Amino acid sequence: MATQKALTLLDTTVGKKAALAVSGVILFGFVIGHMLGNLQVMLGAEAYNAYASGIKSKPLLLWGVRTVLVAALLVHTVIVLELYGKTIAARPVAYKVKKHIATSYAAMMMKYTGPVLLVYIIFHIAHFTYPGVSFGDYDPIAGDVYANFVNAFRIPWVVAVYVIANLMLGMHLYHGAFSMLQSVGLSHPRYNNRVKNIARGLAFLVTAGNVLLPLTVFLGLAK
Amino acid sequence: MARSMNLVLNVWRQKNAKDQGRFVRYDAKAINDHMSFLEMLDVVNEDLAHKGEEPIAFDHDCREGICGSCGMVINGVPHGPAKSTTACQLHMRLFKDGDEITIEPWRAGAFPVVRDLVVDRSALDRIIQAGGYVSVRAGAAPEANSLPVPKLDSDQAFDAATCIGCGACVASCPNASAALFTAAKISHLALLPQGGPERTDRVRKMVAQMDAEGFGHCSSHKECEAVCPKDISISFIAKMNRELITAMSVAPNEIKSRSKG
Amino acid sequence: MQLDSRAPTGPIEQRWNEARFKSKLVNPANRRKYKVIVVGSGLAGGAAAATFGELGYNVSCFCYQDSPRRAHSIAAQGGINAAKNYQNDGDSVYRLFYDTVKGGDFRARESNVYRLAELSVNIIDQCVAQGVPFAREYSGLLGNRSFGGAQVARTFYARGQTGQQLLLGAYQSLSKQIEQRTVKMHPRTEMLDLIVVDGVARGIVTRDLVTGKVSAHTADVVVLCSGGYGNVFYLSTNAKGCNTTATWRSHRRGAYFANPCFTQIHPTCIPQSGDYQSKLTLMSESLRNDGRVWVPKNLADLQRDPKNIPEADRDYYLERQYPSFGNLVPRDIASRRAKEMCDLGKGVGPEVAGVRRGVYLDFGDAVKRLGRDAVAERYDNLFQMYERITGENPYEVPMRMYPAIHYTMGGLWVDYNLMSTITGLFVGGEANFSDHGANRLGASALMQGLADGYFVLPVTVSNYLAGVKPGGVDESHPDVRRTVGEVEARIQRLMSIRGKRTPESFHRELGTLMWDYCGMARTEAGLKFALAKIPELKAEFYGNLSIVGSGEEYNIMLEKAGRTADFFELAELTCRDALDREESAGGHFREEHQTEEGEAQRNDDAFSYVAAWEFTGESLAPKLNKEPLSFEYVHPSQRSYK
Ligand SMILES: Cc1cc2nc3c(=O)[nH]c(=O)nc-3n(C[C@H](O)[C@H](O)[C@H](O)COP(=O)(O)OP(=O)(O)OC[C@H]3O[C@@H](n4cnc5c(N)ncnc54)[C@H](O)[C@@H]3O)c2cc1C
Ligand code: HEM
Ligand code: FES
Repeated sequence: MATQKALTLLDTTVGKKAALAVSGVILFGFVIGHMLGNLQVMLGAEAYNAYASGIKSKPLLLWGVRTVLVAALLVHTVIVLELYGKTIAARPVAYKVKKHIATSYAAMMMKYTGPVLLVYIIFHIAHFTYPGVSFGDYDPIAGDVYANFVNAFRIPWVVAVYVIANLMLGMHLYHGAFSMLQSVGLSHPRYNNRVKNIARGLAFLVTAGNVLLPLTVFLGLAK
Repeated sequence: MARSMNLVLNVWRQKNAKDQGRFVRYDAKAINDHMSFLEMLDVVNEDLAHKGEEPIAFDHDCREGICGSCGMVINGVPHGPAKSTTACQLHMRLFKDGDEITIEPWRAGAFPVVRDLVVDRSALDRIIQAGGYVSVRAGAAPEANSLPVPKLDSDQAFDAATCIGCGACVASCPNASAALFTAAKISHLALLPQGGPERTDRVRKMVAQMDAEGFGHCSSHKECEAVCPKDISISFIAKMNRELITAMSVAPNEIKSRSKG
Repeated sequence: MQLDSRAPTGPIEQRWNEARFKSKLVNPANRRKYKVIVVGSGLAGGAAAATFGELGYNVSCFCYQDSPRRAHSIAAQGGINAAKNYQNDGDSVYRLFYDTVKGGDFRARESNVYRLAELSVNIIDQCVAQGVPFAREYSGLLGNRSFGGAQVARTFYARGQTGQQLLLGAYQSLSKQIEQRTVKMHPRTEMLDLIVVDGVARGIVTRDLVTGKVSAHTADVVVLCSGGYGNVFYLSTNAKGCNTTATWRSHRRGAYFANPCFTQIHPTCIPQSGDYQSKLTLMSESLRNDGRVWVPKNLADLQRDPKNIPEADRDYYLERQYPSFGNLVPRDIASRRAKEMCDLGKGVGPEVAGVRRGVYLDFGDAVKRLGRDAVAERYDNLFQMYERITGENPYEVPMRMYPAIHYTMGGLWVDYNLMSTITGLFVGGEANFSDHGANRLGASALMQGLADGYFVLPVTVSNYLAGVKPGGVDESHPDVRRTVGEVEARIQRLMSIRGKRTPESFHRELGTLMWDYCGMARTEAGLKFALAKIPELKAEFYGNLSIVGSGEEYNIMLEKAGRTADFFELAELTCRDALDREESAGGHFREEHQTEEGEAQRNDDAFSYVAAWEFTGESLAPKLNKEPLSFEYVHPSQRSYK
């Protein structure tokens, strides 16, 4: 036998997928919270700014959450790279004709929607959080999150970027919500359908909410 | 009443593992719709032989859908268009006159082509060798009825044990993953009390071997389940994952990584 | 040579125990030094190789498939018998023994059959411990069914896939030994000859089916578990690769071939649909429990849609001829009556080579009587399989059935220890002739294969090895080199004919000849005709065979040609044996020997023996040796189903 070492869970594809699922769940949980928080934009400037400064006033919590999220994103990304590094080699010669008869478009697109999300996340942070960028003829105002939001989403192409990215997120979650259950071994004939529907329902709600957000300004829900 | 049809085949021809391989077009003339797919290939082969060309090699034996020998990707689907049906049980009445059919071997790095449509599936054997058994020496068994097994467990174990090891799951998977094959054996034995004592070691070693063979990971595409001639469910993959996660967290000892071959 | 069955004497219940006690043992520390070759990875070979590995011998196992898990045993559907008496319906080891001797039409050795019945119970224990998911009742205990007309429910089964589950059990045990390196597996490797040194089997010559490399493997003992020869008929329910090469080549080296004419027909197989047919598919016998067999009374109705043929114009011939057993008459009777109907021109279905070979098996009444759901509950998976193959829906259209070759009781002659007439060559499973006499009962082949593999061979082979010194012959031995040379020459000969006909076409023609003249019903004239015809065809084979490609590569035509060449020789011996056996017994039916009712008529005075044929040389007549059979416990009687 070649090089032999003690095997850990994370050395196996199964273990890697479990870690991918766990990091995915963390990110999933965050996007739910993030969406609920930001939907408060529809309650008006005061409420929204209060929500934002509320978060800022608890730096320990804020940085705690940020650390977990960055870690989750890092784990998620590193594992995807590891898995696909190996899996690309698993079929060196492609089929001339290959039909997919069970999988979904969302599932086939995971390896594209994922990296798009990574780029989008960086863009999004740069856009609103650090340093904060203006793509129009306004200057971002530190502290007035509401104004920044409304100003940003007056610009059609910015809206388009956010809408498209969040549709991608929706697709990612549509398959991810089911797949993560498989990965951690949650499967039971009696509950399978229910659990899967709940997960997919959540994915749908997140997508709906997140797509709505950048559209609020155009729809007159925030101004 | 029997129909007769003419078909065009696009078949992968490859002389041996080192050969590059290429598609070759053949006419399949006067094919009776009662023929099985392999009988159609027999007819083409007899024809080729008469012309002094080498016949198309493909694995087959029982021709009853149980030995798992046969397997080829027919128009993009392992074992062809009929659900729950191996290539040997596929019949030509599903095709029509003038159809063009592309026939390729299972494609996976872990399944090198031996010749034409024949591939080397010994990687699957090695996964079983890694731990897909109950260690009971001949003669050491207790009286069969001394250990009742709930019918439901036994039936479920059977659903997993019905795997014929054809490799269609790997062939269909966009990642060339052998998760369904491996999970089926792990689940079969984990569902029965007889498999209990070796449960933690079994799942660890089998998954380690599956990885060592170079199969891809499972992305839950469900393609494997859709082409499986025995309808084995991907819920067994979830079961394997659960088994491994538990085993890796609770087993008192370590196991070593494994190598191919 | 005097045939010594080495069957123990004394009370039959104690014979195997005695034999076990008397057999010599090999010191565990020395076992590694003994090399054991097992040819075959089916139930017999897989179980034997695994068990030899567990005992610590140095084992090499060979099969022609790409994995040992694919051996033909995998296809067995119905079940496996065992005298567990879990149903409390009066079964016992003795009853299973009795039924098997009687079922074999009194042409088997009592001692062997008793041992088989005795071991049957251990087999079930073993398989359950391996995790074989046999059918269970809601109590969690094992379920049974009655099979093939048995009066007791002693058959264990795993849905319709019993052979598969049992084989996977053996394969898994074998896999463990491969992992432990006690067994080296050689898949895609075909045995082409036996190496005999000074009258003792010392190894085999194989061809690697992928590279074409011919090599010698030496050993201290050779165990053949290479299955049956049903494919001598070309069309059979056997897997396509089943062949006689391993047994026939051993026969030519000195192993006697016993009772080749004892071949079994299964009455319910899907009929041939055309001349391209490559094999036949068996449909479970259980179908006859509810299906009614008939043919049209009037020849004018043959092509008519069976639904439109009125009751009055249907001939339910089994119910008519056997009022008490009806559609459930034994396999051979059901088969012969179907053949008669078709010979009379009353067969249904497509015409193949000018004859319609098929009878209806009708579930119309069953559906009316039980309802469609109840019928589906019992037979749906079979109906689906039938529809997949024929495109016809048995709920709507009566099924069509015809008998087909299914099993071969004959095989290499072995003594009680399963050793052939060549010292050091043991034979197990369907490859030997031992336990089923002239006819095998349903669900008994699996039992025999596993009994041989797990329990008999490990004892008897150890006993043999205890008496020999390990090693001594290697690849450089002149006899080994000579045998390799002969194999290479034979391949060369086949390759260099460069004629016009494919091996497939020869095999098909040989099979048709055998089926027509040495199949379900045999006559002196027919057998003589076949015996004249086979050599002609064989001569054409050696003059006009065509193989494309070379011998040094994966070559399916060469594989086929080698197997067909051996089938030619076996076919001749089979016809000769059938001609010689002037009686009807079990699967061997000579039209000259039947009762007035058309029943098989045995001739115990003249033929109560095993016909063990000895190879005497190329194109010389084989020599018949007889092992007389005596029946101390089960006394021969004539059966009657009227
Ligand atoms: C359709 C069908 C259904 C059946 N159903 C039942 C049933 O319900 N109950 C029952 O008891 N019996 C049944 N039988 C019979 C039973 O399945 C067989 O008799 C039995 O499985 C034979 O087992 P075996 O181990 O002797 O040989 P096989 O399983 O035939 O194995 C032969 C092995 O030898 C190898 N081999 C052969 N030739 C060579 C060679 N030249 N070189 C190297 N390797 C070689 C093969 O690769 C294979 O591994 C059925 C048979 C058929 C055809
Ligand atoms: C908000 C951000 C994200 C969320 C909520 C999320 C969520 C998930 C979830 C739940 C899964 C399913 C896990 C499983 O199959 O077990 C998953 C899979 C995946 N994620 Fe993400 N993800 C996010 C970001 C990313 C990023 C940034 C990448 C790119 C690097 C990525 C790439 C992937 C890929 C490729 C898969 C499929 C892996 C496979 O083949 O099975 N994801 N994701
Ligand atoms: S040939 Fe056995 S499954 Fe197809």
